Amino acid sequence: MYVADSRSTPAAPAARLTTGRRSALAPTVLALGTVSLITDVSSEMVTAVLPLYLVTGLGLSPLGFGLLDGVYNGFSALVRLVGGHLADRGGRHKAVAVFGYGLSAVCKPLLLVAGSLPVIGAVLAADRTGKGLRTAPRDAMISLASAPEARGRAFGVHRAMDTAGALLGPLVAFLILRQAVDGYDAVFTVSFCVAAVGVLVLVLFVPGRTAPERAQDAPRASLKAALALLGEREVRRLALCALLLGLATVSDSFVYLLLQRRLDVPDRWFALLPLGTAAAFLLLAVPLGRLADRVGRWQVFLGGHAALLCAYALLLPGWRGAALPYVVLALHGLFYAATDGVLMAAAAGAVPAELRSSGLALIQTGQASARFVCSIAFGAAWTAWGDRTALATAAVALAVCAAGAVLLRPAEASELDGGRPA
Amino acid sequence: MTVRMTLRNKLIVLVTALVVLAGVATASVLHAAGREDRKNRVQADGPPVTGGEVSLAPGSGRRIVFRNMAWGPHRDELATVPADGPSGPRTASGVKCLRFYAAAGTGVCLQAERGAVQDGYRAVILDARLKERAHYSLPGIPTRARVSPSGRLAAWTVFVGGDSYAGTNFSTRTAILDTRTGKLTKTLEDFAIERDGHPYRASDVNFWGVTFADDEHFYATMATGKKTYLVRGDLPARKVTTLRTNLECPSLSPDGTRLAFKKRVPGLPADAPWRLYVLDLATMRETPLAEPRSVDDQLVWQNDRTVTYSLPGDYGADLYTLPADGTGSPHRLLTAGLAPAYLG
Repeated sequence: MYVADSRSTPAAPAARLTTGRRSALAPTVLALGTVSLITDVSSEMVTAVLPLYLVTGLGLSPLGFGLLDGVYNGFSALVRLVGGHLADRGGRHKAVAVFGYGLSAVCKPLLLVAGSLPVIGAVLAADRTGKGLRTAPRDAMISLASAPEARGRAFGVHRAMDTAGALLGPLVAFLILRQAVDGYDAVFTVSFCVAAVGVLVLVLFVPGRTAPERAQDAPRASLKAALALLGEREVRRLALCALLLGLATVSDSFVYLLLQRRLDVPDRWFALLPLGTAAAFLLLAVPLGRLADRVGRWQVFLGGHAALLCAYALLLPGWRGAALPYVVLALHGLFYAATDGVLMAAAAGAVPAELRSSGLALIQTGQASARFVCSIAFGAAWTAWGDRTALATAAVALAVCAAGAVLLRPAEASELDGGRPA
Repeated sequence: MTVRMTLRNKLIVLVTALVVLAGVATASVLHAAGREDRKNRVQADGPPVTGGEVSLAPGSGRRIVFRNMAWGPHRDELATVPADGPSGPRTASGVKCLRFYAAAGTGVCLQAERGAVQDGYRAVILDARLKERAHYSLPGIPTRARVSPSGRLAAWTVFVGGDSYAGTNFSTRTAILDTRTGKLTKTLEDFAIERDGHPYRASDVNFWGVTFADDEHFYATMATGKKTYLVRGDLPARKVTTLRTNLECPSLSPDGTRLAFKKRVPGLPADAPWRLYVLDLATMRETPLAEPRSVDDQLVWQNDRTVTYSLPGDYGADLYTLPADGTGSPHRLLTAGLAPAYLG
């Protein structure tokens, strides 16, 4: 059964369940998905070989240095907000995105000449700055290019393409190192070439102005207006809920560590655990995005956190069933598929087009900061009480936060963001 | 922001750029592959290396067994030279290792393992004739390997890379194997920790650089909360106890009285922060060694008076020796070699 979610379809609920013609995805969304796919191939190539490069290529002991330390996380949040704000001023989403993707691209050849850890750390920081700058404008362009009732699907397609690139990147790096042992310079050079193609696709195939003509009474894109967004009931609620749930979202590396320790996953599979999450994310992003368009983004977003809660619960008793790691990874991927793009689709409905990029950046930053706080708290809880109690605490916190989020957001609010025009 | 282009023109620009970038990418891969090929050809000025038999058995003369890094067909193979002629001809075994150590007829060889979609690593336990007795998959990039003086226990440390964007989290995993019973302790992180007299537990605990005192006790580095500690470990009790801070990669002298180690010295660059020291276990006094460079290695004792370590060299790494009492100066033992073990 297909969901008719094109703008031309009558909005009556009955009509939404017909097997009618599906509207085509906006070309801009496909183009941005392609850019993300290509860029993720490029960046994940580098991520995959970086530890090996540092240890065997440069002969460094990377332990004890955070290549990017905690301070950078704060800076990164600021960069995201700046990117969002700059993009809204004069509807320059594309220009800011091109700058962000371009900055990350030129960092790749710089890795060739960076021979010491502090310099490599600086290059990685610049690379991440590019990523921080481009994220909100890109998501704003996706939302502006798609019909409100089909945004869940648009973000789903984008996130699926993005994740496909992330899965392909390490494979490309592996193939290069197969051709040339220790050919890290070749990996970085190819990574740059791939990133350059991504920037080119962005420049050539994504339209320059996605913002609609500004209405007379529309808010001007100023810093003040962006902050005033938090005064809007819808935005405040969404941001609060994302923040609240983020506070109970244990970071990926802890999830993999718990999987290994509690379910006794063999050492040789450890490096493959993130691939399990990514594969589930890739497969489920589009179906869950479509589901969000149909039943409401808010419901799917909450459902994603329920999946995460199930994953925590499965890790708690420490059963060692052979299938359990797969189930936990599938739930973890489902969590991402139901929350990452879906939150942006929901947020897009609450933020006016003129401030779209700033609004999305605000909500993303709130969520990311909350997750960072959770990582620190989880690490401290682990130190104080051990991994099992820390996990149990996180599970209780997640249940409480989810209950809080339900209370904060009564059911009628889903009318607004759930793609059902009133 | 750009001049309006027709779709056709856009495609022409894209295809042209693709051709150019594909050319650059291909050239870089070919260049790197060619450079690797050259490493398989013998260097004219390198030490002569011939294939032959390498034994880890006690007796049969004092010798060094190490990873040969000299270019040529025997690159990265375990090779041996007489201890009194280290710069002379090398005999290579055909067994490739990234890291290696041996004692009393037992060898541990950490080697790369080629996979279909991902390369892996494994630890191989070798008998005195370099025959494989057992092997174990490794969860990361090998960095340290040791065998207990009796040849019964083996330990290894690997780096586990970060999985986050831009790979920023690094941790280590250290395992100890009883080669007689086959009992493998996959990670020391499961051991009970006593820090400054109190039980301690944390998610950020890392261990590396085991050195064995006997078949039950060992020393190692433990890191947590941005500090490194020297710990003494008790294998049967599954417990480690901290002894002091700022001490990495300890190496116990053959007489069991001193630990040679690397220490972070304030004021040095962040990526070359170490100096070599020796700790007297009876008095707990540290003596700086006469090596002015930063050394990132777990030292090996040639005898009770001399230590051996590696520094980066033209062909990867060179081995140096230095008196263990703080006197003298570094002496280059051999070029293009890594991970030595003194046998016989």
